[in-house]
Amino acid sequence: MTSSSVESLVQREYKYGFVTDIEADSIPKGLSEDVVRLISGKKDEPAWLLEWRLKAYRGWLKMTEPHWPNVTYKPIDYQDVIYYSAPKNKTKLASLDDADPKLIETYQKLGIPLNEQKLLAGVAVDAIFDSVSVGTTYKAKLMEQGIIFCSFSEAVREHPELIQKYLGSVVPASDNFFAALNSAVFSDGSFVYIPKGVRCPMELSTYFRINTAETGQFERTLIVADEGAHVSYLEGCTAPKRDENQLHAAVVELVALPGATIKYSTVQNWYAGDEHGVGGIFNFVTKRGKAMEKAKISWTQVETGSAITWKYPSVILQGDDSVGEFYSVAVVNGKQQADTGTKMIHIGKNSRSTVVSKGISAGQGNNSYRGLVKMLPRAAGSRNYTQCDSMLIGNRCGAHTFPYIDVQNATSDVEHEASTSKIGEDQIFYCKQRGLNTENAISLIVNGFCKEVFKELPMEFAVEAQKLLGVSLEGSVG
Amino acid sequence: MSMLEIRNLSASAGEREILRGVNLTVNAGEVHAIMGPNGSGKSTLAQVLAGHPAYTVTGGEVTYEGEDLLDLEPEERAQKGVFLAFQYPVEIPGVTNAYFLRAAYNEIRKARGLEEADPMDFLDVLEEKLKVVEWGPEIMSRFVNAGFSGGEKKRNEILQMAVMEPKLAILDETDSGLDIDALRIVAGGVNRLKRPESATIVVTHYQRLLNYIVPDFVHVLVGGRIVKSGGKELALELEARGYEWIEDLAGTGVTA
Repeated sequence: MTSSSVESLVQREYKYGFVTDIEADSIPKGLSEDVVRLISGKKDEPAWLLEWRLKAYRGWLKMTEPHWPNVTYKPIDYQDVIYYSAPKNKTKLASLDDADPKLIETYQKLGIPLNEQKLLAGVAVDAIFDSVSVGTTYKAKLMEQGIIFCSFSEAVREHPELIQKYLGSVVPASDNFFAALNSAVFSDGSFVYIPKGVRCPMELSTYFRINTAETGQFERTLIVADEGAHVSYLEGCTAPKRDENQLHAAVVELVALPGATIKYSTVQNWYAGDEHGVGGIFNFVTKRGKAMEKAKISWTQVETGSAITWKYPSVILQGDDSVGEFYSVAVVNGKQQADTGTKMIHIGKNSRSTVVSKGISAGQGNNSYRGLVKMLPRAAGSRNYTQCDSMLIGNRCGAHTFPYIDVQNATSDVEHEASTSKIGEDQIFYCKQRGLNTENAISLIVNGFCKEVFKELPMEFAVEAQKLLGVSLEGSVG
Repeated sequence: MSMLEIRNLSASAGEREILRGVNLTVNAGEVHAIMGPNGSGKSTLAQVLAGHPAYTVTGGEVTYEGEDLLDLEPEERAQKGVFLAFQYPVEIPGVTNAYFLRAAYNEIRKARGLEEADPMDFLDVLEEKLKVVEWGPEIMSRFVNAGFSGGEKKRNEILQMAVMEPKLAILDETDSGLDIDALRIVAGGVNRLKRPESATIVVTHYQRLLNYIVPDFVHVLVGGRIVKSGGKELALELEARGYEWIEDLAGTGVTA
């Protein structure tokens, strides 16, 4: 087996590529102030929020799409996107049991039962379908401890003071092109508030599903952990197979008040397009957290889907002794492209950050790690450790590393380690000589490579992630 | 029927011809030593028998238990009892020895139509196997060969052999890089694993290993051919006289 046969690629199966046939309330394609007003109006939003959206929209008009990421794609026509689509509900739902059976069935097929009796023990789910939340489980139970877990729209209605205080406080509407677009047209998302000193008793999770064709998904997630609170949150995402690219531009903001811990895990499995690079999701996402004194924010991501991934989950280490972590596995296969990494902005004294990035490139995929570690003058005694490993499968794929290090004080330590390895035929042959077939050999080697990241995932999802990785790389070796 | 019949086997790596008509018969219960100078094709023979993709068989045939060995995938050969102890064992970071050994063990069991062992059952199996190489259980949580010393890697090969219980074990330069204690443990392990129904091919440059693993037959490979075969005393003669006289005898030089 030569390396060219190692990379011979066959079609792989994307088992979440089905479409749910459900009547949708979609607005016409295109973006304008009127569309922003229309979306806000559909949600009966307060005037301040409409103003906030409009300001974001006007800012966006003056911005240009960033082209510094190491990815290429045909220009996006922002007037050719539907900015709002929701499954039609005849009446307002009293509970999830009254939801359209087709929706329940969709999530069932995705392995996300929304019926609380059948739920994964200890995981509460908010299900987002196209532009809206179709239901949140365990809400009442969580409320007993003062924990708020609901759709973003509901939070705007029920907890406006919290939204007004924290919306845009970590990722301002003017932050970047895609964040501004999201701020103008976001339609729903999840909101979490954990009161002072409360340890959230279960994993919270949001499951994003894009269904309707030509629709973009623009959701916002806002998580606030009050002083000393603790929460672990997971998001998953899938979309039907379609020939055209679909835009997903989300914003996630995390606020960890003094002594709080937020652990945010993502298993991203959007449709990646076919082996010729036709179709797939453009995943242009802004995720950032702010950690106050002694607070900790930990991002873990397993990125296996999307035609293009552009995301840099970051931590602003605002408070003294704050901690930021980023653990990432990014897999590209076929013609996928990923430009992903993190930013660790150290402001507080003695703040610490850890970055572990594992990039896997197969087929003709192109994988870039881009990371910034910044130590501001105030951040005396701060430390960062970055480990950035790339693995190549075959010889038509690419791996790139773009680390940026900016240290503005004399007492901080920044450590960066990087490695690139190639799954060699020797490694595969060794496993085969021990009785494993090629697919199992690759899966074993790759899972070993990702071990440091997988061990950061909540138990239920670590198993899922390992399986997912097996599926993503299926057929990457001949 | 012999366990292994190699008839006129030729093989090349890229354009370079390395094996040029090897003949060898191995029966159950026998230990064969393949000796020869560097570059004579000893390791190539071992790799070709295991099915390494870097080599192309250009002629001849190999029958293993009545089957065409060359027609089988490497994993099928392993599942049918052909084991290669690598000269340079490969590192697999992030995969524990315990996990890897169990995966290998279960592949063999599946191939034999037996039920797979769960992690707890496998612990019992391992306990016995570890004794073969005089190791404690702590080795099981280390990653496969990662950061192992040369001696530890070779011991780990023998541990894998103990777990897989091969019919035909091929040891490729298993003595290279071993100090005398490691050599004793590794050779002791191989001897303990010997069964009447299994056979061993020991590929080595030096006679030293053969003090511990006593061969029934010694073959000298020069220029891709077996040019002389004999009993264990041939190894001693080689040790005393070097390989030059044999090369002269064969009328061929050492290939580069």
